[in-house]
Amino acid sequence: MASGIKDKVAILGMGCTRFGERWNDGPDELMVEAFRECIEDAGIDKNEIEAAWLGTCFDEVMVGKSALSLSMALRLPNVSVTRVENFCASGTESFRGAVYAVASGACDIALAMGVEKLKDIGYGGLPEFSTAIGTANSLWFPNCTAPGAFAMLASGYAARYGLDIMDVKKSMAHVSVKSHANGSLNEKAHLRKPVTEEQVLNSPMIAFPLGLFDCCGVSDGAACAIVTTPEIARSLGKKDIVSVKALQLALSNGTEIAHKWDGAHFVSTTKASRDAYREAGIRNPREEISMMEVHDCFSITEVVTMEDLHISERGRAPHDILDGFYDLQGRLPCQPDGGLKCFGHPIGASGLRMIYEMYNQLLGRAGSRQIRDPRYGLTHNLGGLPMMNVCSIAIVGRYEQ
Amino acid sequence: MVGITAYGGYIPRYRLSRMVIIQNMAWYFPVIMAVAGGEKAVANWDEDSISMAVAAARDCMAGKDRGTLDGVFFASTTMPFADRLNAGIIAAAVNAPEEGLMGADFSACLKAGTTALISALEAVGSGKKGSVLVAASDLRKTRMATLSEMFTGDGAGALLVGSDGVIAKFLGSYSSSYDFVDHYKGYGKDYDYLWEERWVRDEGYGKIIPLAIDGFLKKHGMAIKDFDKVVYPCYYTGTHREIARKLGIDPSRVQDNLHNVCGDTGTAHPLLMLAAALEGARPGDRLLLVGFGQGCDVLGFEATDGIRDFTPARGISGSLAARVDLANYQKYTKFRDLIAADLGIRGEANPNTSLTALWRKRKTILGFMGVRCLKCGTPQFPVQPLCVNPDCGAYGQFEDYPFSDRQGTVAMFTGDLLAPSVDPPAVYGIVEFDGGGRAFVDFTDCDLNGIKVGMPITMSFRKRSKDQARGFTGYFWKAVPKG
Repeated sequence: MASGIKDKVAILGMGCTRFGERWNDGPDELMVEAFRECIEDAGIDKNEIEAAWLGTCFDEVMVGKSALSLSMALRLPNVSVTRVENFCASGTESFRGAVYAVASGACDIALAMGVEKLKDIGYGGLPEFSTAIGTANSLWFPNCTAPGAFAMLASGYAARYGLDIMDVKKSMAHVSVKSHANGSLNEKAHLRKPVTEEQVLNSPMIAFPLGLFDCCGVSDGAACAIVTTPEIARSLGKKDIVSVKALQLALSNGTEIAHKWDGAHFVSTTKASRDAYREAGIRNPREEISMMEVHDCFSITEVVTMEDLHISERGRAPHDILDGFYDLQGRLPCQPDGGLKCFGHPIGASGLRMIYEMYNQLLGRAGSRQIRDPRYGLTHNLGGLPMMNVCSIAIVGRYEQ
Repeated sequence: MVGITAYGGYIPRYRLSRMVIIQNMAWYFPVIMAVAGGEKAVANWDEDSISMAVAAARDCMAGKDRGTLDGVFFASTTMPFADRLNAGIIAAAVNAPEEGLMGADFSACLKAGTTALISALEAVGSGKKGSVLVAASDLRKTRMATLSEMFTGDGAGALLVGSDGVIAKFLGSYSSSYDFVDHYKGYGKDYDYLWEERWVRDEGYGKIIPLAIDGFLKKHGMAIKDFDKVVYPCYYTGTHREIARKLGIDPSRVQDNLHNVCGDTGTAHPLLMLAAALEGARPGDRLLLVGFGQGCDVLGFEATDGIRDFTPARGISGSLAARVDLANYQKYTKFRDLIAADLGIRGEANPNTSLTALWRKRKTILGFMGVRCLKCGTPQFPVQPLCVNPDCGAYGQFEDYPFSDRQGTVAMFTGDLLAPSVDPPAVYGIVEFDGGGRAFVDFTDCDLNGIKVGMPITMSFRKRSKDQARGFTGYFWKAVPKG
């Protein structure tokens, strides 16, 4: 059996831009902003980077095809740079590329960059994707958007557990209230105003039953990481070292959309999280995970994900959420940085933004959001649509060897 | 014996009261107040003459084997394609065979429906064809505040013609041909151009129909009294009555012109009216059918004992009963693209349809054909090379499995206000088919507030995309929740 990625790779430095409507910055400016913070944190010279990965998702026109945009923006020293795309997992995919490269011994120091410039399209929401779903799918796919496709989960979840959809909506509202409260403490977050449950419940309908405040921010931003081996990190003078404990990816195979599925859970997350816990050596995630950044593209996604991560029991996530279990002061804080909901969601950057928060928390750099003595931080991305999706999970933690 | 072996029709569920038109538009053209009564049938925004013809054909052929069809004739003056066999799309949608089938479009005249019917009857009568589907359909787009807007409606009729299991025996036909231009539509024009209605009424309908009926009766040595039902279109209700009086037809034997409940559906109207008449026909009843437009077609039928054993899936009466008020005139004008309401930048996306991909996937897209795994028996849609059942995963050992006539239930759904739609919210979801299989599809003909998980659905063939820049219409299947 494979030995897994646990403790083979350390994070040497990270950077993340302020997320938001960065009208006056393009992808180049955003990548450079994140990179300057990252390389300063890593304490190395740019020319020591031997390979890089770039994660972007929507609309290749924003950075263009290939990884040239990253290589040119950072004036990298003619090294290997690869562009990866896997919907909302794209940022974590770039991280995976860099981490695996170091772990394999192919290089000592690698860069993972994620960026998305969404606010160049002239309308709200994500870019229209009827041209991005493939030639055959575009002949039959319904006229759907991301909020609509995820909204369907609420109807599936309510039906599965015999709940009134408006009761589910109440726990969804708490998810958003909690993330707004956390986001208000984060100066890099896109949305920084606290909201009340009443405001969330009464926000304008986007896709039944999701209101505006059930939907995450659509933002511009970039985040990046420089990774190396724990030994090199130590040799460079790093004392507190954050290492990668698990990296898992699971994709739908068509079962949900074409065979059997209750519409109340993510098949991919259920599997990827189980594999990630095994890789990290975690037996009881509800007790052992200290904090999480999950893919709350929509409030209902976060509700369901709590169960798929094997932290809330099936059918019990609404209860745990309303109980404050996932609040910043709760037993297992979820979205301490505000989540996609408030930090924002520049798709290619999101996975790395989540790892950035876990990294800062593990190093005690999270300021007023600091979680006491965290050990393991879990990040989770869910790309695509609930009935055909891509799920990535990363677990990072203190390097304790 | 040659004749009709099945009949059906389709009237879209939206009905626009003529009073609503008057309330909105009489300020502009008060003459429309003269036609104040009743309502007209209005196709939903995702329907066109092809989709309605498919609905009528399915009403007619419910439960019937499509494998024996060797002809599909389509009649319409509002065909979506000027050059692409429109009948071929209908044939694919009803899973008709491809080899050995002749598709044909009949157009350019409102009597094209009856002309197609005569052609089918003669082809079967000569022994050269076995079973021909004749579908006639029109989506009658008119300018706002016109008498045409008041008189016309949308709908489709369908008849199956054959020599096995005849329910209405063909007695013969007679045609006349006059270049009487009551209205015309120049090539590439959106709207009919009409001449003075008094002339159309008195010199057109009022003279040409009686002349043609006389011609039929003389040719076949019959008398008008031999017919229990006389079916002829004429949207001027007074003239419709006057023609009967002139021919000595008892008013009880005149088939209603559906003006009050549907409006004149153009090419479809004679077939639609005949389908309505056949619903009430008894064995031995004789029916006379007339199509009008630059002359007339007249056809005689006699119901056989078989008429007792046939019922369409829903029939004209069922279609008429399944009505919903379209109280919002602006909505109707947007459905017909008569006003320039903005869809926003998101609505500008216009992916080109890959004709090669459509060819490869034609059974899936047009016929909603899925497959069933020969190894594990799992029905599935869409079709991919490997079986979707995770316990099986066989490499493409499939048989065709049609989903279009399967009932199902709603598994999950939403109403999406972000998706660009001329009738927001865009309602869609996953439906689960009885007997297995599921699909992620748009919903139509529904109200979001009435939809629940577990609610039954049927599938309907609809217009899915309209590529204005290239003129291409894309079709696929949508779920209709049955609340």
